[in-house]
Amino acid sequence: MSMNLITLLYLAASICFIQALKGLSHPTTSRQGNVFGMIGMGIAVVTTIALIVKINAEIAATGIVWVVVGLLLGGSVGTIMAKRVEMTKMPELVAFMHSMIGLAAVCIAVAAVVEPQSLGIVATALDPIPSANRLELFLGAAIGAITFSGSVIAFGKLSGKYKFRLFQGAPVMFKGQHLLNLLVGLAILALGLVYTFTGDLSAFAILLVLAFIIGVLIIIPIGGADMPVVVSMLNSYSGWAAAGIGFSLNNSMLIVAGSLVGSSGAILSYIMCKAMNRSFFNVILGGFGADAGAGGPAGAQAERNVKSGSSDDAAFLLTNADTVIIVPGYGLAVARAQHALMELTEKLTHQGVTVKFAIHPVAGRMPGHMNVLLAEAEVPYDMVFEMEDINSEFGQADVVLVLGANDVVNPAAKTDPQSPIAGMPILDAYKAKTVIVNKRSMASGYAGLDNELFYMDKTMMVFGDAKKVIEDMVKAVE
Amino acid sequence: MEISDGIYNLIIFVLAIYVGYHVVWNVTPALHTPLMAVTNAISAIVIVGAMLAAALTETVLGKSMGVLAVALAAVNVFGGFLVTRRMLEMFKKKAPKAKAEGK
Repeated sequence: MSMNLITLLYLAASICFIQALKGLSHPTTSRQGNVFGMIGMGIAVVTTIALIVKINAEIAATGIVWVVVGLLLGGSVGTIMAKRVEMTKMPELVAFMHSMIGLAAVCIAVAAVVEPQSLGIVATALDPIPSANRLELFLGAAIGAITFSGSVIAFGKLSGKYKFRLFQGAPVMFKGQHLLNLLVGLAILALGLVYTFTGDLSAFAILLVLAFIIGVLIIIPIGGADMPVVVSMLNSYSGWAAAGIGFSLNNSMLIVAGSLVGSSGAILSYIMCKAMNRSFFNVILGGFGADAGAGGPAGAQAERNVKSGSSDDAAFLLTNADTVIIVPGYGLAVARAQHALMELTEKLTHQGVTVKFAIHPVAGRMPGHMNVLLAEAEVPYDMVFEMEDINSEFGQADVVLVLGANDVVNPAAKTDPQSPIAGMPILDAYKAKTVIVNKRSMASGYAGLDNELFYMDKTMMVFGDAKKVIEDMVKAVE
Repeated sequence: MEISDGIYNLIIFVLAIYVGYHVVWNVTPALHTPLMAVTNAISAIVIVGAMLAAALTETVLGKSMGVLAVALAAVNVFGGFLVTRRMLEMFKKKAPKAKAEGK
């Protein structure tokens, strides 16, 4: 196979990847898009086998055996995980996968540094790696290492079941943190340049270690509420790591695929920041949620009365409504109440009530998480609306049912310029005629803020576990 | 005048970011989680580099790094595409069928 043909096949694979992303513009075309993605990956892998044979036919046979060993090992782990993972655990899985890419990129970079001649970077073992390639290897390895260790921390924070302090949702802050990060960052840069210009291997090794460390350092100060941004950001990094490796191996397909992923993650980070009305730097510098209670008037107004009711009362209101808008939040997912919610929706629809779902961009732990959870419960996607599409309808809604959501319906974002979430776009639940809020307790949300919505005259609080409350509502509706 | 590979790669890189930017803005917000899963699978394209490293290296360090990289990337290739498929299956329109059963 000629080198031209190999490059053209790589081009075909790149186009398949673009098609895969393009398919996601609508649920009906998305499955086809995914098939394109798989075809693209298939083409890429087969072409690479041809390339291996072309580069060194003598050792190709044993080499490919090693490739197959790796493929079988990783492939079976990946398949099992994909089949078993619960949809609520999706953010953890995604974080885990980012770490895989990061570490793989580091491994490839190390292999390329120790054996450049085998990978076609230089002609013989005695030739030094050109400094341009050294720069690319340094960038690929450093970004890969940051992606890996950062994702490991993000994974721990998302799963929330490990005792280890760095894996807790609460931010880890200490004095001089930003200065330390800056110094480590500069040290990595300096060592990278030393390696680029001198080819000194110990500089490469030290910068790799420092990159692993800074990956940890930049994620620990970020609080649980900002996880959607972190996951998107690491998604972006994993793409840049792949592109970096593409530069060092001089492989255009890796560059194309890596850039696609990199820009995708960057856009998602931007969307998430915008949905929280916070700048990217503000999120990255972290600490949000650390000083809960101190900020805003939350502490002063602790003793306030709310109107609470039972599931039966709520069910009565729901059945007598014409239009109901449901606002699901992460509390719903934690309680695994999405299936019960679908049952309730069916019952209400059956009785002639129009039911719609309103989803805030940051609902859940990662972009689009809530949509997947609702889809899993077989809520038809044409009943589910994004914030900008449904916000104008809250005024006409008879009942808004808020399930395990808090900050995303907090009117303080609009009314109180002092509030930490001031300016954050919210779902206008407060405009509805009646609001029913289900929460486990009066505890504040991630932002640590009190929510004016809960104290309004038209609001009824139903306390309890979301699943139990919804199941009771279903019984009462009958 | 000869143009170096690095420049060609840079051109590809910049244009691909442009394409990615425009394609991703068209992704519906409802599918952002599947988008992340599938981009995970796509960034597993590093498997190409990993395969080269696993097959062509001769030293123990190079070989073990290569095989490890193949395994790590393969987790994402399989896991990423399969979990995306699983999620997208859920977005299939089931409404007509469900109604038929309900009646």
